[in-house]
Amino acid sequence: MSSPVKTDIQDAPGASPKDGPGGWAPILLQAMRSNLRQYGMIVALGLIIVLFAIWTNGRTVTPLNLTNVITQNGYVLILAIGMMIVIIAGHIDLSVGSLAAFVGALAGVLIITHHWSWPLACVVALLIGALAGAWQGFWIAYIGVPSFIVTLAGMLVFRGATEILLKGQSLAPFPDGFIKISSGFLPAVGPHTNYHNLTLLLGLALLAWTLFQEWRGRRQQIAYDLDVLPFGLFVMKCVAITAAVIAFTLILASYQGFPIVLLILAALLIVFGFAMRNTVIGRHVYALGGNQSAAKLSGVKDKRVVFLIFVNMGVLAALAGLVTAAHLTSATPGAGTNYELEAISAAFIGGASSSGGVGTVLGAIIGGLVLGVLNNGMSILSVGSDWQQVIKGLVLLAAVGFDIYNKRKVGS
Amino acid sequence: MGEPALDKPVLEMRSITKTFPGVKALSDVTLSVKQGEIHAICGENGAGKSTLMKVLSGVYPHGSYDGEIYFQGELCEFKDIRASESRGIVIIHQELALVPYLSIAENIFLGNEHATRGVISWNETLRHAKQLLKRVGLPDRPTTRVADIGVGKQQLVEIAKALSKEVKLLILDEPTAALNDEDSRKLLDLILEFKAAGISCIIISHKLNEITRVADSITILRDGGTIETLSVSDGEVSEDRIIRGMVGRDLENRFPDREEYTGPDSGEIAFAVEDWTVHHPIDQHRKIVDGVSINVRRGEIVGIAGLMGAGRTELAMSVFGRSYGRDISGTVHKDGKEIRTRTVPEAIGHGIAYVTEDRKRYGLNLIDNINRNISLTALPKVARRGVINEHEETRVAESFRKTMNIKAPTVFEGVGKLSGGNQQKVVLSKWIFAGPDVLILDEPTRGIDVGAKFEIYTVINQLAAEGKAVVFISSELPELLGMCDRIYTMSAGRLTGEIPREDATQELLMRHMTMDKTSNGVGAGS
Repeated sequence: MSSPVKTDIQDAPGASPKDGPGGWAPILLQAMRSNLRQYGMIVALGLIIVLFAIWTNGRTVTPLNLTNVITQNGYVLILAIGMMIVIIAGHIDLSVGSLAAFVGALAGVLIITHHWSWPLACVVALLIGALAGAWQGFWIAYIGVPSFIVTLAGMLVFRGATEILLKGQSLAPFPDGFIKISSGFLPAVGPHTNYHNLTLLLGLALLAWTLFQEWRGRRQQIAYDLDVLPFGLFVMKCVAITAAVIAFTLILASYQGFPIVLLILAALLIVFGFAMRNTVIGRHVYALGGNQSAAKLSGVKDKRVVFLIFVNMGVLAALAGLVTAAHLTSATPGAGTNYELEAISAAFIGGASSSGGVGTVLGAIIGGLVLGVLNNGMSILSVGSDWQQVIKGLVLLAAVGFDIYNKRKVGS
Repeated sequence: MGEPALDKPVLEMRSITKTFPGVKALSDVTLSVKQGEIHAICGENGAGKSTLMKVLSGVYPHGSYDGEIYFQGELCEFKDIRASESRGIVIIHQELALVPYLSIAENIFLGNEHATRGVISWNETLRHAKQLLKRVGLPDRPTTRVADIGVGKQQLVEIAKALSKEVKLLILDEPTAALNDEDSRKLLDLILEFKAAGISCIIISHKLNEITRVADSITILRDGGTIETLSVSDGEVSEDRIIRGMVGRDLENRFPDREEYTGPDSGEIAFAVEDWTVHHPIDQHRKIVDGVSINVRRGEIVGIAGLMGAGRTELAMSVFGRSYGRDISGTVHKDGKEIRTRTVPEAIGHGIAYVTEDRKRYGLNLIDNINRNISLTALPKVARRGVINEHEETRVAESFRKTMNIKAPTVFEGVGKLSGGNQQKVVLSKWIFAGPDVLILDEPTRGIDVGAKFEIYTVINQLAAEGKAVVFISSELPELLGMCDRIYTMSAGRLTGEIPREDATQELLMRHMTMDKTSNGVGAGS
């Protein structure tokens, strides 16, 4: 997880450094302030991890448990990415939990009842997800029905369809290959080293790539005569990234290695993070959420963008459905219940604004991880699910409340 | 209050200083308003007018500023708006604060209902509302929804609301900014009536002709300080005199000189709209634009004059990607060829730019920064295969910040924090970056100060000098006269005149702008 650090520091262009002695602290402060919610959440996430580690005598930070946190929360993180984009555009999607269940059920019927090969069934399931997203996107973008209504309808329709498809019963078992989507790891190769070799290699590659990106970005900024971080700070940043990547890699590599889900997540984070930050369509999403009329008059094809956002959400919901089915090793009618609420919470904890136009993909991941780590830590401390809900609810309220309070203080 | 001596000040604000983190918004400002007078406050945007009024009305509570406020001879320490309203100081903001789906009567007494133990007495409410509406000269029934009446009437509802609070000092912030001349005149007459009834009034306005018409005294603010107070009774105060105070220099020429475009294709018609008709989006039998034809040559600035409701904005927006109206007919030509402008991207693709009248609602993404606002219309120019080159984007934005003189430390400053003039420069930058051949500018200087206006005029002239065709829509006649080569006039959706620069006078324009539907429209371009 190195790209986070990279993404948000670049995201904080308010940092216009004044070179010279003692100039670092203000720069850091300014960078933090201009992206307070996200930095705040990174700090909060770190704090929560440390606190739980202390309370549980380190049981939460064992390689086994960390791997569990990732595999158990894969579905929320996948949904949160799509949900963040939907919310940035100024919409909402309440149907993702039901859609995930429906797609899981469909996969069950195709693979278990009709004996399709599982990769083919997965591809079909993703396409069905896209189709479902297109259906909702059509009503929202081209007919103009508010997304809240359309996806509320979708929530009911897909839940019902799931039960029709499964006739109210669970389907099991899925073949091993399919289950690996959720619980599998990269294969072990090479000599025996006490560590998972492929994971180490992957970690090294990630580190090299990230540092190269950092260095290249800096070179380009200099070439364009833009302000850059002072060299000392830049080195510090690189050291921090290196330390984080190495620590994370070693922890994973000392258990079974790199989980497949994490691979999927990393790919999504990189692709969507890049798309939202650096591509024209990503920029159009922000513009639409920020001021729809102005975006329209600036030539943004508003309807098409909204349509595509929901198609994308459908695909991600389908992917989350597959991961969930693999995790449960069965297709059940009750799968995916409340997933939409978890994804929406993750997006808001991670810095989305309810009026749209604000948020990052990385933020969604951080928001999702905050919830996931809370779940996991409280379970290990054997806090009942009743109190877990209370606490998660308060965390959501506190995160958004703090942000709004803070903005008001800066604004007045 | 028995026999108010006319010269006694009803309000005195003494050495008011208000600082925000890092900025001194007001420093040692003094304001003295006499009993029963109309006192105008003038100043460029950011001079501190609104801040001063917020201090007075308690939006910024006592303790958050330095200095003293005396109202009717008593020291006042307002802790919120209610406190100042209970003393009879009522402020009407530029953006009206009415609830559109409630009735006039409900709006008038909102927060101040005629009720006993929480139960509203509708008979009393309607009776009182009727009485108040009579006083402000509004014939509508008090049960009419506010959404169903025009802006001019809404302004009157706001005033009725102020009257219901036993107003002694009425503060109007840009009361006529959204009104047409007719409604503005009515409003000003009403204020004069109040004056006769002993209500003092503070009026903030950019429209100097209105100020010279109604004001008894004029206080000029500049950069957060009081510059001077002019008394009209001491002699005629001219607009130029006020401008001199506001900008601190004589603006002998409010409009910059212009170089003529002398390219090979100068004088050719670059852009033409023919027989353009647009129907109202909801009331589809109503023609909002009716058979209008206009054209612009290369390097030419062509004005469109008209009162509110003349259909100027609707004409522009319907041409620009059918962004307004329905059942649109007519043709658009560029360089002699007919072009399709059915969607905004199509229009932009043909090199047309529309700079909207309402920059906050339609022009800018206020929560984003200067950088991204400028690049939005032409992102492909700084992108390759859909991927934005952020460094190139920033370089472009920086260059606009410098050439357009946008006052912000960096291009990463949020657009929402900029003053109106600087926001307008961002909107212009964004459209210039799109590289259009035809620019339609809709009220490009609305609500911005004199200095920024001059800068924007300079930019417009420069665009024309580069051979671009400019359509200039404005409600300020002196501006059209000062800038345009030719001026079309519209009234009630129809073209009523085409007047070359040499013949144009305010009187002539106004005559054409007020022609009613039955009189003959003058065909254009023929």
